Amino acid sequence: MRLDEQTRRDFPILERIVNGHPLVYLDSAASSQKPRTVIEAMSQYYARSHANVHRSIHTLGEEATELYEAARDRVHRFIGAASREEVVFTRGTTDGINLLAEALGRTLGPGDEILITELEHHSNIVPWQMAARDRGAIVRAVPLTREGLLDLDAVDRLLGPRTRVFAFAHVSNVLGTITPVARLAERARRAGAVTVVDGAQAAPHLPLDMSALQCDFYVFSAHKMLGPTGIGVLWGRRAALEALEPARGGGEMIKEVWIDRARWNDLPWRFEPGTPPIAEAVGLMAAVEYLEKLGMEQVAEHERTLARQTVEQLGAIPGVTVFGPPATVERGAVVAFGVEGLHPHDVAALLDEQGIAVRAGHHCAQPLMRWCGVVGTARASFSVYSSPEEVSLLSHAVASLRSHL
Amino acid sequence: MTPAARPALYSDTIRERWRRPRFRGELAGATGVAEDVNPLCGDRVRMMVRVDDGSIAAARFAGDSCAICTASADVVAELVEGRAAPAAAALGAEDVLAVLQADIRPSRLRCLTLPISVLQQALGR
Ligand SMILES: Cc1ncc(COP(=O)(O)O)c(C=O)c1O
Repeated sequence: MRLDEQTRRDFPILERIVNGHPLVYLDSAASSQKPRTVIEAMSQYYARSHANVHRSIHTLGEEATELYEAARDRVHRFIGAASREEVVFTRGTTDGINLLAEALGRTLGPGDEILITELEHHSNIVPWQMAARDRGAIVRAVPLTREGLLDLDAVDRLLGPRTRVFAFAHVSNVLGTITPVARLAERARRAGAVTVVDGAQAAPHLPLDMSALQCDFYVFSAHKMLGPTGIGVLWGRRAALEALEPARGGGEMIKEVWIDRARWNDLPWRFEPGTPPIAEAVGLMAAVEYLEKLGMEQVAEHERTLARQTVEQLGAIPGVTVFGPPATVERGAVVAFGVEGLHPHDVAALLDEQGIAVRAGHHCAQPLMRWCGVVGTARASFSVYSSPEEVSLLSHAVASLRSHL
Repeated sequence: MTPAARPALYSDTIRERWRRPRFRGELAGATGVAEDVNPLCGDRVRMMVRVDDGSIAAARFAGDSCAICTASADVVAELVEGRAAPAAAALGAEDVLAVLQADIRPSRLRCLTLPISVLQQALGR
């Protein structure tokens, strides 16, 4: 059975009628929908077990702590981390990158370099600009090839003796480009740079194995992978996490506090100041269970098929431009496109009239939009519940768009 | 609700102004020019005015924007021509909506108001 046939019933929101049409949700890269098990796990948690974690010596406190830490174990196995201590809960991808930019930023000196790429989401650009500005460091970017892949020759040229950090996306949220993480991390290591990988668009769609990826840090958000908003994961190689001085203080992250100093807690709590997103961790655990039951290989295959279909069908419509690598190159679960003579906002609004939800705009990737030579694009993106029928509906709707305005 | 019962997404005026804007173009001898972007979508609009003796002798717009934003810029330019500068700067979203005869959803309101705020910048407000 196809994955969408297996899963659609589990997502209550997909029963919605929007503007008189059954919802066709093709905006999962912005945020995915949630299966009933996730919604119920969170509601059960609040109805039965809620208390603060780590601080309470009572039954509910212990239950909450157990659930929260069980979520960590689940994520640890899901991403192939070497140990649970390497899994830090954050508020999301953006929060994880900011945490790293603050902490790594403090170690930078004038003239040091941070290398990013031209396909990054703003959340993997702006925090590094801020870190660089504070320390007199410099941000550089790896350019793209004409096909929208990272220019690997340029990577070698740009990774120099002053490069301290190399931060890049595993999968582009616009072009769908998949970057060769292990190869890039290997080159960065030789140059003495720490690697930070933005996995926001990879974790929901690809099997992950931190030991194979070879990077130092990897961040992602739960809400794009069937889980709740408000929680994300920062994975760090143990040695890399240990070398990192925490930049955010508060309860939970300390062992002992005096008026003038404090001693840090062990990993991973050292990087989790304050009350964490507990219900969200419970929801994330349910999301991971759901994905594991489907099997990430099957998830990846399903979404690859949909992306290929979309590239082929949209690409065949006169006046439609599909951005990113050609159909023959493997890509993530997103397809950005433009319709000649129509602004992406209007494309999205007209599609919404037919119940089809796509994203339109710059996708928080303005440097990449400049590379594409447009102010914005429309973008269709997929998850486990997306179907080939929905792709066909999209293609038909796009084909008739120009007569609408 | 059936699709037919819903008001059209874009009014006829919006469609018409988007297809054939009357005030798009450069303005020779402009005395005020401003440009800004919609942070939501990256749309960019430039408003140009020529103020002559305290009132707006001519107004034009340029830019890369959606139908609502383009139609709004076109209407803004039309409405302010001939007005005294302070009256032009006081132009509000309701004035533009009245001409466009459209219901704009909250998520698109910024597309409508961008040309208004850029005009105010061009008038030095
Ligand atoms: C590639 C990429 N990086 C980072 C983010 C930011 O994720 P969040 O908004 O969950 O922090 C996103 C999502 O919008 C993304 O697609």
